[in-house]
Amino acid sequence: MRARWPIWLFLLPGGLLFLVFFVTPTLYGLSLSFTNWNGISPHYNWIGVSNYTNMFTNDSVFWEAVQNTFKFVATTVILQSLFSLIFALLLLRNTRTNVFFRTLFFFPTILSTVSVAFIWMFIYDPNIGILNTALGDVGLTAWQHDWLGNKVIAIFCLAMVQVWAHTGQLLIIYLAGLQQIPQEYYEVAKIEGANRWQTFWRVTWPLLVPVTTMVVAYTTIQSFQAFVLVFALTNGGPGNATEILGTYIYHQAFMNNHFGYAAAISVVFMIIIAVLTMGQFGILRLRIGGSMGNKEVNPT
Amino acid sequence: MRWFRLPMVWTYALLIIVPLLVVIDSSFKSLGELFQNPLLPPATFTAANYVTLATQVPLGLYFLNSVIVTGSSVIAVIVFGSMIAYAVLRLPRKLSYALYAVFTVGLMVPSQANLISVYVEMSDLHLVDTLYGLILVEVAFLLPVAVFIMGGFMRSMSPEIMEAAKVDGANEWQMYYRIALPLTTPAIASTAIFGGVIVWNDLLFPLLLLKTNTNFTLPLALLSFSGEYQTNYPVIFAGVLLASIPVVVLYLFLQKYFIAGLTAGAVKG
Repeated sequence: MRARWPIWLFLLPGGLLFLVFFVTPTLYGLSLSFTNWNGISPHYNWIGVSNYTNMFTNDSVFWEAVQNTFKFVATTVILQSLFSLIFALLLLRNTRTNVFFRTLFFFPTILSTVSVAFIWMFIYDPNIGILNTALGDVGLTAWQHDWLGNKVIAIFCLAMVQVWAHTGQLLIIYLAGLQQIPQEYYEVAKIEGANRWQTFWRVTWPLLVPVTTMVVAYTTIQSFQAFVLVFALTNGGPGNATEILGTYIYHQAFMNNHFGYAAAISVVFMIIIAVLTMGQFGILRLRIGGSMGNKEVNPT
Repeated sequence: MRWFRLPMVWTYALLIIVPLLVVIDSSFKSLGELFQNPLLPPATFTAANYVTLATQVPLGLYFLNSVIVTGSSVIAVIVFGSMIAYAVLRLPRKLSYALYAVFTVGLMVPSQANLISVYVEMSDLHLVDTLYGLILVEVAFLLPVAVFIMGGFMRSMSPEIMEAAKVDGANEWQMYYRIALPLTTPAIASTAIFGGVIVWNDLLFPLLLLKTNTNFTLPLALLSFSGEYQTNYPVIFAGVLLASIPVVVLYLFLQKYFIAGLTAGAVKG
């Protein structure tokens, strides 16, 4: 006899795992956020939305963390999108040297964030770091800084590490987008006598808008989750100068034993990311709709 | 554009090459020499840092833990993920859309927003400080991306193949195992690579869930002994190099698959 395999059986193992270890904690976190649980005691109380009102009205560190997160994300999104687009354009042709450079630029992506953090801890080290040593060697001692110890620049120095680690990955996404642009468009532009600049703004850029939206969305989600990098490099310091939402959640829970409060911050964190990504993917869908319209008039 | 192409590309290339070279040559310096000469190659090569690591740190054990966690997670996520992807393909349209929507939402839920609740749930289930507990969480958090990559690929298969198999009397399991799965090989390779790299390099969940030193995976061990050796960069860099070797070697041999796979999963960072 042929065994019958109802299709829902295929959903069972993975679905169960997803339900227990993904969906449940997500909902569980939501309910914890309305309590004052300290993470240890078996007793805790429902305190309604107190955690949320506290966060928004009483907690200046929370607002610092929000600001730092946005500084970090904005810096990485702008620089990563820009660099990856520039290098994708520069390395577009499939020559041997270009493939070598792409492989090299992608390389930091495969390293663990902990390794990347150690490499940059040494680069930024105020005493023996590569950066200060190199600046000293070329006579730019005035430019030397305690990069991660300076409250003003530390968060941007962290953002540079994120850019270093992930630009190569986004370059590949841009490259894929660029390679899909039909050559005929460029031939037509050439015949019309367009220069490189005009060709880029009139042909390449409009067709790259969907890819750009995707790159921006990816980078945003990725940079919001830079917990490990910050945790390993500065752990939120000096003061709260590099405290981002991810590290603040961790500190509230595991150092201050404010589990309920940390859960509330997590919910807000999740909502911020959801709104931003849905917004970006919404724009993406509109744009893709647009570019598909273009494809129908494709002369080929 | 030529005048600025090469300088730009080489500048960025050096920004990657120089730190990596410095890491490698620092791992062969003594701490004293590093302080005097942070940049240039060592005057006297020493393997002392590697000896320190080998004698004072159970590196083999951490390596084994990482292999167990990464290997099991990747296998589980491919098996379970491809089954879900297949079900999405075969279910009635409305149901499959709903299912896809669930996993798309899952794609956007950042693991860091679930830090607290995952920890609490795992301690309720007495799964904290176990490797299999860590594996279960890693798999659950990789599933949405896996379903996305493999499901997207399966949807591009021609439905006629499935219909033909059905006419020939194949049941769902045979259609999945004999037809859908072999045709999905490229997407499976992508999933394996991005999942493998993410789990191998992950610090978040190990930091959260592993407490006993003998359970540590490589990144967590690196972090913990960096506390022990403070700013002893030569020893830390020797550890960084040893922990990175497996991924780097695979990358050099399987570049194309790595780039495709990690880009497919880019959203998960």
